[in-house]
Amino acid sequence: MSEQLQAPSPLIPVPRAPAPEIPAAAARDELEITIDGKRVKVCEGATILDATKKLGIETPTLCFLETLTPVNVCRVCVVELEGSRTLVPACSRKVEAGMVIRTDSERVRLSRRVVLEFLASSVDVSTAPQLRAYMKRYKARAEKFGPRAATVAQPPKIDNELYVRDYSKCILCYKCVEACGVDAQNTFAIGVAGRGFHAHIATEFEIPLTNSACVYCGNCIGVCPTGALMGKIEYEMRAAGTWDESRQTRTETICPYCGVGCGVTVHAQNGQIVKVSSPIDHSVTQGNLCIKGRFGWQFMQDHE
Amino acid sequence: MDLHLTEDKASPEEEAAVDAALEKLASSPGEATPLGATDGHARSNGLPARSKRHLLLPVLQAIQERLGWISPGALNYASLQLGVPPAEAHGVASFYELFSLTPRPPVVAHVCDDIACMTRGAGALCGDLERKLGPAGSPCVDGKALWQRSSCLGLCERAPAALITAAGETPRERIVAPAKADSISSVVAEAALGRLTAEIDRLDSKVSVPQAGQSQLRLLGRLGQADPASVDDYRRLGGYEALKKALDFGAERVIREVIDSKLLGRGGAAFPAGKKWQAVHAQRNLHRPHYVICNADESEPGTFKDRILMEGDPFAILEGMTIAAFAVGATKGYIYIRGEYPFAARQLEKAIHAARAQSFLGSSILGRGFSFDIAIRRGAGAYICGEETALFNSIEGYRGEPRNKPPFPTQSGLFHEPSVVNNVETLVNVLEIILNGGAAYSRIGTANSSGYRLFCLSGHVVRPGVYEVPFGPTIRDVIEVAGGVGGTGRLQAVLLGGAAGSFVSPKELDTPLTFEGTRAIGATLGSGVVLLFDDSVDLKQILLRIAAFFRSETCGQCVPCRVGTMRQEEALHRLAQRKPLGSNEQESALLKEMAQAMRDASICGLGQTASGAILSAMDRWSLFS
Repeated sequence: MSEQLQAPSPLIPVPRAPAPEIPAAAARDELEITIDGKRVKVCEGATILDATKKLGIETPTLCFLETLTPVNVCRVCVVELEGSRTLVPACSRKVEAGMVIRTDSERVRLSRRVVLEFLASSVDVSTAPQLRAYMKRYKARAEKFGPRAATVAQPPKIDNELYVRDYSKCILCYKCVEACGVDAQNTFAIGVAGRGFHAHIATEFEIPLTNSACVYCGNCIGVCPTGALMGKIEYEMRAAGTWDESRQTRTETICPYCGVGCGVTVHAQNGQIVKVSSPIDHSVTQGNLCIKGRFGWQFMQDHE
Repeated sequence: MDLHLTEDKASPEEEAAVDAALEKLASSPGEATPLGATDGHARSNGLPARSKRHLLLPVLQAIQERLGWISPGALNYASLQLGVPPAEAHGVASFYELFSLTPRPPVVAHVCDDIACMTRGAGALCGDLERKLGPAGSPCVDGKALWQRSSCLGLCERAPAALITAAGETPRERIVAPAKADSISSVVAEAALGRLTAEIDRLDSKVSVPQAGQSQLRLLGRLGQADPASVDDYRRLGGYEALKKALDFGAERVIREVIDSKLLGRGGAAFPAGKKWQAVHAQRNLHRPHYVICNADESEPGTFKDRILMEGDPFAILEGMTIAAFAVGATKGYIYIRGEYPFAARQLEKAIHAARAQSFLGSSILGRGFSFDIAIRRGAGAYICGEETALFNSIEGYRGEPRNKPPFPTQSGLFHEPSVVNNVETLVNVLEIILNGGAAYSRIGTANSSGYRLFCLSGHVVRPGVYEVPFGPTIRDVIEVAGGVGGTGRLQAVLLGGAAGSFVSPKELDTPLTFEGTRAIGATLGSGVVLLFDDSVDLKQILLRIAAFFRSETCGQCVPCRVGTMRQEEALHRLAQRKPLGSNEQESALLKEMAQAMRDASICGLGQTASGAILSAMDRWSLFS
């Protein structure tokens, strides 16, 4: 369960609510389980991840996001469940009364480490700070598979003015597909194509986004955990070496376009807007915006 | 939802293929009409109201079989007809090996180079073909054909094998086995001229079922003794007696008999069949549809028993399914059969028609008020679709990616409804249980492995084929039944259970081929594969082929399996080329570590077993020192 954030906005108070995940706790029974020797009570329907959060145990996740249906494909959140032949994914496995779980056993650490090594040896993780932090935590060594290990390296796809798709950084977490589909936008411009090591995110027949069903909401960018999907300005600034988050300001405000009232975070560097995002726990947007909110801000820095 | 389509238009021929397929599906009484519930997963994108998605696979198949590839225009047309976003339809089409999304000659020779065929000269055969037809994958015969290497085609008793498919208005298939370069290229040439006849590759039970005609056979008893297309023949040999008895028993008693029989699933996972039935039966008052699915996606290298049952005794499978449906309260069933088995699929299709005509399927079967019908779904080249939840997704028109369990199929299976999935051989065993009683059945075999079992003997064995035994005989006994070790006559290794199984050494031949016997030596029965390798075989090459198999068959959904199968193959190549990273010991430690992560953290059985056979061989022999 996500904690209630109370970050006040410097401009306009932004309505905040917990991210929508587990409805109506009161109506549900509480179940008791044991995690790392500690007992914890959580509502029926909660996941193991919810329970670990309640205990303050930090569980790594890559393909999980509060606003999306868990796909449990990255397997970095696996935990040891007594009585289970294999490890189980914390993000999607629902708790059952009496479960006994270990989140930091030798087995868990090995699988998490190897999964991170598999990812980092096949994908460019240079713009995935979270994943790199996990690698440090689990002492993962991407180079152990040798210099000739197969990768998904490929040229970035730059086919429109708004964003860049660099699939050499894609860990295939399915988040963008979910955000483009029923979990947010219902546009279905992209899907998972191919199979095995060469499975990848694609439009039909790899057509450019400009010919596809894409509506440029950028919600895929909002959920991408590795920077494979990126606004073009950020991409170009990074290429030029001028992108510097430490020098950026973040201003929370409300989108000026229509009456929906989407909360937006305006990222600016050197007095210039470089990116617009939306807080995932915003009660209106849940992190989602439309093309106008995410990309239609040029007029704001038009000083004429 | 408005579909956004590109400007590519389908040709009249492509439209005709889609229209004809949809018409055929609409008129098939076996097709289910799902309620459209989804689990909200990315793979289930789309409005629940979109109820035609489960027709996507057969529609794509129709395009492929008519044109030889799936063009952007054809995909657009199919998407429009079914209300499926084209990006998703493309994702599905690109998942299957037998579909091509780039122009391809209409005639394709799929030449098996998998482990069973390797022992029978597949390597030399591919070399001959290269000289005769050019390199694999490039057009030959005036651009009208090509040949390509294939994973196991399930024709191991007649290895080396090839399957030739010819797209066109009347698509044709032909099996060439045992194959020579000459015989393949002459069929390819004939097909390129459009001269392949509709001739069916008839099962030659003398070749494939060496025991055929023996009186003790319970599962293979009718093989070679009856016309597989004739209900009357089937009934003459005792067919449909079990169904009548089951209808008299009532559902509860049928389930009790199956539980009492201690029948364990024959597909590989060995789950108690009766428990599955009971779990679905228990939900009969929920007013939700229940489904019975026959898993005929037999793709484990070295396995061909189900194909032989389907080709030689198709009514037995329909009867078993009907009994299962009666027991669990299902009115619809699917047979999911691998795409590489066109003849078995046709045999089953004929049998379904014949059974319907005589009231053994359809509404009020035998006038007893119980209704049940069956549809056939053909796969399109994906080993993973034999995993039961991947199979559901495949039938539903999604990518054949396994779902996380729980929920288990008995709670949330096909179309997210309670479902029973049974393997072909399992269903045929059910007839025996109903006819003679579960208790009697449970006394056959050993304490923990009851009943009869089919074994697929191939490789260096004197008489390859499918063999039936009551559980109990050892590996040595079963090899003796099949005439002993072939090839050089000096046995090097036996692979039990296929690529997902494990190797055993000649020292372990006295192990009983039972669930508990194989478990005791850290092996598995799996799907009943007993594949022999004589001392002329380079086991390293066999391991490399197994690693390549898993690398090409992993669906790619979860990280440990998607990347692990690739890294495993890379490590084996380094070892085989004597260029290890560090030392051989370091490489084998790396392989073991990867194997543990794949076993522990993969979503499904594919990743969990992808290292088993390789490590079992490395444990038994020092192959890379």
